[in-house]
Amino acid sequence: MAATTVPEKSSRRHAGRPVGQPDGTQHRSGLSRKVRSNIQAYGFLIGAIVCFGFFSWYPMVREFIMSFQRTKRGVTTWVGFDNLKQVYHDPYFWTAWRNTLQFTVYALIIGFIVPFFVAILLNELRHAQAYLRILVYLPVMLPPVAGVLLFKYFYNPEYGLFNHILKTLHLPTSQWLDSSHTAMISVVIAATWMSMGSATLIYLAALQNIPGELYEAADLDGAGLFSKIWHVTIPQTRMVLSLMLLLQIVATMQEFTNVYLLTGGNGPENSTTTVVYMVYQYAFRYNNFGSAAALGLFLLLVLAGFSGLYSRLSRNSD
Amino acid sequence: MAAFTQQNRTLISSATLSRPRAKFVYWTVLTLVVAVFTLVFLGPLYWMVTGGFKSAQEVLANPPTLFPKHPKASNYSDAWSELKIARLLFNTFYYAFGALLFQLVFDVAAAYAISKLRPVLGNLILGMMLATLMIPAAVLIVPQYMTVLDIPLLHVNLIGTPWAIWLPTVANGFNIFLLKRFFDSIPEDLMAAAKIDGAGPLRTLWSIVLPMSRPILGVVSIFAVVNVWKDFLWPMLVEPDPKNQPINIGINSLSQGVPQNVLIAALAISAVPTLLIFLLFQRNIMSGLTAGSLKG
Repeated sequence: MAATTVPEKSSRRHAGRPVGQPDGTQHRSGLSRKVRSNIQAYGFLIGAIVCFGFFSWYPMVREFIMSFQRTKRGVTTWVGFDNLKQVYHDPYFWTAWRNTLQFTVYALIIGFIVPFFVAILLNELRHAQAYLRILVYLPVMLPPVAGVLLFKYFYNPEYGLFNHILKTLHLPTSQWLDSSHTAMISVVIAATWMSMGSATLIYLAALQNIPGELYEAADLDGAGLFSKIWHVTIPQTRMVLSLMLLLQIVATMQEFTNVYLLTGGNGPENSTTTVVYMVYQYAFRYNNFGSAAALGLFLLLVLAGFSGLYSRLSRNSD
Repeated sequence: MAAFTQQNRTLISSATLSRPRAKFVYWTVLTLVVAVFTLVFLGPLYWMVTGGFKSAQEVLANPPTLFPKHPKASNYSDAWSELKIARLLFNTFYYAFGALLFQLVFDVAAAYAISKLRPVLGNLILGMMLATLMIPAAVLIVPQYMTVLDIPLLHVNLIGTPWAIWLPTVANGFNIFLLKRFFDSIPEDLMAAAKIDGAGPLRTLWSIVLPMSRPILGVVSIFAVVNVWKDFLWPMLVEPDPKNQPINIGINSLSQGVPQNVLIAALAISAVPTLLIFLLFQRNIMSGLTAGSLKG
């Protein structure tokens, strides 16, 4: 800027204005600098904006539009609530919701509570910590196809490992994936084995942040093991626990991969048809994209509450 | 009992543990936990690797055998050639590292612009990017697929190209959130100092911001690679051609046509790359995933 200094203006320096910058030029160059820096900033932003635009924002709008449209022989028309009605009256609509809810509840009972107690246990052990942590996390790193198809092999009622173990222990064997009663729980067991490592490590990190004095104080009050867990451990990890709970609900309500790989999607007597698998069927089996979008809209409405609560909580926890 | 005293105070105090009876209980529990965990988490992997060495009859035998009777390595070579695993693994790496590259370039640049260059409407754009976190991914699969089939304005079809996997990964509100929050913590004074020294925004990003952001870049990178590695439905939809498929889809679609022992050998091979990467970088991966995964 010093280069623009004009000699005759130098007498004004004492007036406290920036060196050699008469009001007009300062204003204009300030404005153009602002424009230039904005153009620069948008140059940095453009890649992400284009990707968000095409693959996130536009599909979000399109999801709503498609729910109210139908395409037949290349002609798209507005059909109002017809898609939503069709989906709602699908004989498997409630089956799919019941299965999805069943998956979520089983996954919470097994996949939410087990990792918490495993983390408490690991936190108390003074030896082999690194080894145990790596073990729990190992399945998380497997490609889903490796873990899931391996479990499918174990579940086989005739030559599978699980029935062999049950037989050796003189316990009743099971049809696992081949029976409508046990198919969903079998899917949940496989899914939990593969994913519980990350939850366990998150709880472990939270447990290590609990101040030791709290346990000392509880000891002085004569608290037993379970009362210490109930009165110190759980309240101190409340935030992480509730965040993980919401995160797991949102994730498990979108179950597709495990079910698709283990039972082909529907399972015996449609006992593993989940909502997302039904969306997939509408779109990619029956080519009915409007109804697929409409079913997605139902799922969105159900999950919006959970994800809203989650983002609220996680913002407060920072 | 140095090992007992080093640790942070937990549920059970070290003093309690050094009593003889407690010591006995502790060692019993420890042995039990190590045994059970090894069985539960390593057992299936052992079964996978040895299953790959069994003959077609033995792998379906009842009762199953703990050790392969006549280990044959030919299953592994059959799996490698019949399922074209080299090709599938290459595809997976190609998709994963391409996605990583695009995310690092575009998301870092965007988060940097929002955090430090603060353009007009920057906060609105940030809000719109974070709003995408509220939409469950599965809901968007169908409209996303329709979009990729025919990109609006440009009218190109990305199905079957790697772009269909790479570009949508950039639209990740979680990355923007993590990166922006980290960049916010870099002091303004440093930015001002760089400006006085004559550095433009790109130079400042490259020489000042990025070197300070290694931890968060590590977290974003691990997530980027792991997400592509674990993804299933999306790559199945957008890569219909078997020779372009990543490992998860490729093995599954061929799984019906091969004998069980060859399939298990294929599963074992497919698990090797990620397990190797994990064992090499386990400290970084475990701390990165736990640090990043809860902040959404």
